[in-house]
Amino acid sequence: MFSYYLQLGLRSLRRNPLLTALMVMAIGFGVAASMITYSVFRAVSGNPIPEKSERLFTPQIDSWGPKYNLPGNEPPYALNYVDAMALMRDHKAKRQTMLYPIGLSALPRDAQSVPFNVQGFTAQSDFFAMFDVPFQYGSAWAAADDEQRAAVVVISRKLNDKLFDGANSLGREITLSGHNYRVVGVTENWNPKPRFFTVWSGSSFGEPSDIYIPLSRALDLRIDTAGSNSCRGRIDYQDWDGWLQSNCVWVTPWVQLDSAAEIEQYRQFLEGYAADQQRAGRYGWAPNVRLRNVMQWLDYMQVVPQESSVSLLVALCFFAICLINTIGLLLAKFLRRASEIGVRRALGASRREIYVQYLIEAGAVGLAGGVLGLLLTALGISGIGLLFQPQIARLAHLDLALVGLTLLVSVLATMVAALYPTWRAAQVQPAWQLKSN
Amino acid sequence: MMLQIKPILSALRRHKAGALLIGLQIALTLAIVCNALFIIQQRVAHLSAPSGIDEANLLVIQNDWANKWTTQETDVQVRTDLVALRQLPGVHDAVASNAYPMRGSGWDQFITLTPDQTTPTGDASVYLGDEHFLDTLGVRLVAGRNFRPDEVHPIGNRENVMSPVTIVTKTLADKLFPDGEALGKSIYAMTSTPTVIVGIVDVLQTQSLANWQMKHAYESLIWPLRAASGTGIYYILRAKPGQLAAVRKEAVKTLYAQNRMRIINNDGGVLDYTQIRQRAYDSDYGMAILMGIVCAVLLAITAAGIVGLTSFWVSQRRKQIGVRRALGATRGDILGYFMTENLLISLGGVLLGVVLAIAMNLWLVTRFEMHRLSMFYVLAGVLLLLLLGQGAVLAPAIRASKVSPVEATRSV
Repeated sequence: MFSYYLQLGLRSLRRNPLLTALMVMAIGFGVAASMITYSVFRAVSGNPIPEKSERLFTPQIDSWGPKYNLPGNEPPYALNYVDAMALMRDHKAKRQTMLYPIGLSALPRDAQSVPFNVQGFTAQSDFFAMFDVPFQYGSAWAAADDEQRAAVVVISRKLNDKLFDGANSLGREITLSGHNYRVVGVTENWNPKPRFFTVWSGSSFGEPSDIYIPLSRALDLRIDTAGSNSCRGRIDYQDWDGWLQSNCVWVTPWVQLDSAAEIEQYRQFLEGYAADQQRAGRYGWAPNVRLRNVMQWLDYMQVVPQESSVSLLVALCFFAICLINTIGLLLAKFLRRASEIGVRRALGASRREIYVQYLIEAGAVGLAGGVLGLLLTALGISGIGLLFQPQIARLAHLDLALVGLTLLVSVLATMVAALYPTWRAAQVQPAWQLKSN
Repeated sequence: MMLQIKPILSALRRHKAGALLIGLQIALTLAIVCNALFIIQQRVAHLSAPSGIDEANLLVIQNDWANKWTTQETDVQVRTDLVALRQLPGVHDAVASNAYPMRGSGWDQFITLTPDQTTPTGDASVYLGDEHFLDTLGVRLVAGRNFRPDEVHPIGNRENVMSPVTIVTKTLADKLFPDGEALGKSIYAMTSTPTVIVGIVDVLQTQSLANWQMKHAYESLIWPLRAASGTGIYYILRAKPGQLAAVRKEAVKTLYAQNRMRIINNDGGVLDYTQIRQRAYDSDYGMAILMGIVCAVLLAITAAGIVGLTSFWVSQRRKQIGVRRALGATRGDILGYFMTENLLISLGGVLLGVVLAIAMNLWLVTRFEMHRLSMFYVLAGVLLLLLLGQGAVLAPAIRASKVSPVEATRSV
């Protein structure tokens, strides 16, 4: 019966090619617009570290006070140097890292070539285990290297390819901005999207890092942050040391807390630390701390670009209008065949049969719309650089899931749209139709 | 025509569903089109905001140092570089700075009128530059004076060299001193010592173009400081008219000839303002294009939907049309009937659409800090959709008017 109804449906669609084309195009455009914008939204709103996002937290401490805080008395997005060092020393979390973005210069081996820029982060040894950074060679530096302020570096596979032609470079030295570092690890290509750990201090969708060096070493060498630095009130420091003691925030802390008890404990520790600072007279206000996990942080920082949300919303509305359009056209199409339905009903077809027949016909329209939508989606994603910033556009891609979703959504949506016209078709009174002809 | 409204209404009651669907489609289309047109206007206004600088002849070179130098060492190199750059035949003038207009992000500082004021009056984009800054960027001085060479000092990383004098934009001056008497007044840029406004420039675009800076649009200030950051600086070059391409070729070569221990990226290390604008506004271009496509396709689909459904109604009512024609209705009467019918449905649709458009905009305002929809766009949208409906219904209505009275006699 299915193939027979499909044949009937296709014949009926052929009989009125203009109307059919109109419906297919409406569905196609509607679903393509939704899928193109969804492919971007999916990429920017995704969970960058799904297996651990509930256990990774970025602590915030109110170091500015109610006079200078962000709207809603929200504490600053990052820590100042003094608080960062205190949290680092207390080491109350099982794993923790303080980080900030850096940009240095690297010198290639052969003297002929010119130096080039490398960018990355200062971190602590826990960084790599906390964030599940995969390694090609070697591993993270040891916690002792942090304490000994060792001149060690973890480099990316890409930089290793450039400097050492991809060979195992463990133990080799590289020169970064005039200082030597020993390579202890080479990471695989790793760049979570969004880069949750540097949402405020760096770019959420930036290029992958080339290097990671110990924070303690970087501070010894007075390597400045290449990321955000935000200060309040009067800036009265004169030099690097004054800047370190100022209220400027620029160090991003991350901690790993594995259980509800650990989270609670850490929160209490933060409160206690802030209370100590108040008692010591450093802060003239009550403790005001936050402990947000990865997804809470991404949400709070509004990492999803406004363009992405708005365009998805507009595309979905657009799809809805296309579907309403389809309901109207299907209604016209089905009811035009009222007499035919009347004959079939008079010859013994049940209402159920009518439902099945017309829903199959609608499904065929949906499938055709889906195929058109798929073509348009592929076209749209290839030209998406026109619509979104390059770093965001790069994230959108057509994968099997999106292909399946496109077809499924178009068929299902069209069949839902066909429910009312089909119901009307099934309500046709055979007697009345037969009489009037 | 008015006489027809009653029979039309009673006829519409017989195909409620179709009328409702067209009305709903028109309503939603109106809501989307109003908001999309409004977004386009906002984005285009944003990206066509003037920068105040001589964009056609400017070149920005991002120059990072490969060695780690002290501020003094860097400053010596910067001054050598500047002499060499300014001597290039195609170069009108050159300056070293911390940033450039429309860079995307940068350095801003809160501005207050007293050292103890906590809520800032302004939030200014901070530019560093010597006495060549204004001439290099082509910024117009409208009051006061330029910096004197003896006022210029080098500034390195994390150094807080306070300058006693500054040049500000007219926007910032007017914001700080609404009475128009900003020249010679002291302001505080998160500092304990004041800085005196010695000059006012007409327009100088900020470094960031993000929403927070747009609340302080065109608030910029210049300090007579020569950027000597040990990590890197920007060289801004103004070419003589028509010499930009030549300068582009020569400038990097000249810099490397002064000292090889620097990094100027092949990819994006040297930018002209066509490229800088592209980078700064790509999301605005994108949104405007996307909304434009959505509007066009949406209007086409809605029009096609109206054509389709009206054609169906016409074919359904051929007999009735024949009877009316046989009873003396003219072609014009039939045409008028379908046009009026569509107008009634469209009017219902746009009424609902106006409500939806405003509701959607309010949601965008609260969720995304967008601007309030101006009523002009609502009215424009209403007019557009009414015309679209009338245009779309014209062809099926003409076909209806051509139904011959003979149809009335067939197969009743």
